[in-house]
Amino acid sequence: MQRSANMPRSILPLSICDLRLIKGDRALLGGVNLMIDHPGITVIMGPNGAGKSLLLRCLHGLIKPDFGRITLGHQSVADSSDQQAMVFQQPVLLRRTVLQNLAFAAPKTAKTDPQCLMRALESVNLADRAHQPARMLSGGEQQRLSLARALLSRPALLLLDEATASLDPASVLLIESLVKAQSAQGTKVILVSHDQGQARRMADEVVFISNGQVAEQSPAEQFFTAPQTPVAQAYLAGEISF
Amino acid sequence: MKHLIICAALALSSHTFADTIIVQSTTSTKNSGLYDYLLPIVKSATGIQVNVVAVGTGQAIKNAMRCDGDVLLVHAKSAEEKFVADGFGEYRHDLMYNDFVIVGPQADPANVAGASDVIDALRRISQAGAKFASRGDDSGTHKKERALWQEAGIDPVKGSGRWYLETGSGMGATLNTGVGLSAYVLTDRATWITFANKQDAVITFEGDPTLFNQYGVIPVSAKKCPNVNQDAAETFARWLLSDTGQAAIAAYQVDGKQLFFPNAN
Amino acid sequence: MDSLVEAFRLIISLDADLFEILWLSIKVSLVALIIAAFIGLPLGTYLAITKFPGRKFCILLLNALMGMPPVVVGLMVYLLLSRSGPLGWLGLLYTPTAMIIAQVVLITPIIAALSNQVIEHLHQEYSDTFYSMGVTGRRAVAAYLVDARYALTTCILAGFGRAIAEVGAVIIVGGNIDHLTRVMTTAIALETSKGNLTLALALGAVLLALSLLVNALVIGVREYAAKRQYA
Repeated sequence: MQRSANMPRSILPLSICDLRLIKGDRALLGGVNLMIDHPGITVIMGPNGAGKSLLLRCLHGLIKPDFGRITLGHQSVADSSDQQAMVFQQPVLLRRTVLQNLAFAAPKTAKTDPQCLMRALESVNLADRAHQPARMLSGGEQQRLSLARALLSRPALLLLDEATASLDPASVLLIESLVKAQSAQGTKVILVSHDQGQARRMADEVVFISNGQVAEQSPAEQFFTAPQTPVAQAYLAGEISF
Repeated sequence: MKHLIICAALALSSHTFADTIIVQSTTSTKNSGLYDYLLPIVKSATGIQVNVVAVGTGQAIKNAMRCDGDVLLVHAKSAEEKFVADGFGEYRHDLMYNDFVIVGPQADPANVAGASDVIDALRRISQAGAKFASRGDDSGTHKKERALWQEAGIDPVKGSGRWYLETGSGMGATLNTGVGLSAYVLTDRATWITFANKQDAVITFEGDPTLFNQYGVIPVSAKKCPNVNQDAAETFARWLLSDTGQAAIAAYQVDGKQLFFPNAN
Repeated sequence: MDSLVEAFRLIISLDADLFEILWLSIKVSLVALIIAAFIGLPLGTYLAITKFPGRKFCILLLNALMGMPPVVVGLMVYLLLSRSGPLGWLGLLYTPTAMIIAQVVLITPIIAALSNQVIEHLHQEYSDTFYSMGVTGRRAVAAYLVDARYALTTCILAGFGRAIAEVGAVIIVGGNIDHLTRVMTTAIALETSKGNLTLALALGAVLLALSLLVNALVIGVREYAAKRQYA
């Protein structure tokens, strides 16, 4: 499970073909077709229950779809799993100190270098909390630690599932700037968000999902100024509750 | 780590040394304190460490039949003779005796004290419907008790749960039950004398020659049980039957009363 | 009341027999506990985080074994270790080792079943994150054992409580032999059968004190963990 820094980062183009996920007689994902081949930040938006998080989980390999194919730079999901990292809506931290949480996730090279871990903590403003129990941190601090943990492995693909929902504004801004910086270094970022403000601040590209299918995929500027589909127009106008 | 644990476990087990034997015994000899008195004497005289497992006579015999003892010391002569006849014992010797008594509430509701003999006493209990607590565990005392009921022509099991209470337990537990329920109990005298929870119970009937209680000693057969410590078992049994051993048994007293009467000869 | 006074007198006077019996009780139960924990904890963890056909049945079986009467366990171990039994050649019957074996059989299911519940709960929380971080196999088992350490400690102490208070199994396989296999519970049984109810209760009070100590430890561990959100 070691990731090497000079491993070819060929997770693009990311292609999803006729992805279906069925529960009982209901299609949660009803044949998603999507091709992402630009680096930068892709924001997945859509009404509640549209299937955004399910799509992200399929990409990460947490859910096996009933039908369809996902390839990341010609690799399967399983083969690419060590190039991926994910930050969940609810941070899950080990029952250990902040530093031990990082050390647990760190590649071997980083483990032997405490300075590397401390730098990672400094980047999320948690250096002074290094030896505190991680689960005693505030929600925002916990999510910052989760992000630092995810970035330790230098992923080629970073997935964020509503990672900043209901956090304090300072933590939201810090996480956003770190994600942007990571993206600038070449990591492909896909994030699911309800927050239109955040989407406008972050997105290079928007994928709009509705009823388990891709309704629209546009460059960010175009999506926010002139959405193509009626459902996206209604969503942006606040006529669909999320 | 696992090796450590196994070592620790083995260290705790004291393996059967050449001079250690297990005696499968009836409870009365243990509860009366006889072994606490006698075994240190045995140890210094013969060097043999005797470990006593005290259970009812029935269970002691069954345990010995599974070879889980080197010597059997119980009190049910016919069962003991069968044990030897079946090849499980080298020989059987009378060791000592005491007697059974019937204890009961001081008020003596069945007037057992006025009985002419033990058979009459049991008939009185049965007729009065007075409570009687039985071992019910196939022990030596239980075997004796059933034989007495049979002789009296009474099937007490018909009253089981009403006046005839089978505890299925040892002598001490049955005495505790009997005392608690103001019931009559057939017990050996040694256990009764040393029993500390008498409350208002007393000996209500004693002295019938039928109540004679013979203890026997049997070394377990090495032919049936190759694992037995035959030499030490033999030495122990011979010592008990010797004049020295017999004298030691006779010398044991509780509250100034001799509990066991040696009769090896 | 007499019993409490008697218990106090026994402890204050450092009664040699009492401490020998007490020490054997603790020794036997402690060794049994260590062995049972080495088997039970990984077993419970494995059953919590691995999916295989028959897993539910295994858990059901563990829970059923948890309620097995000690006498039955004692009988099983007795028949196994009896000189005429399959393991008779080991010469272990009526030794402390036999008592340890019986207690291992008795408390391993308890530790496995309780730790299974603890780890299963933790697994629901951690599984996605562990998958995401690529933590699998032995590394996952070790991480679960470390992270559930406080809850598992209380499982283990529960096992100890059961072991040290148990009489049915150890009296059958140990034989309650003075200075060899007599422990607190079998001594209580013996004194009861001799009608020495005061002494029996006094021994019971000593055992109760030990149990109080163990339970105080459980509560202490829980509070320590809760304070750090480690529970």
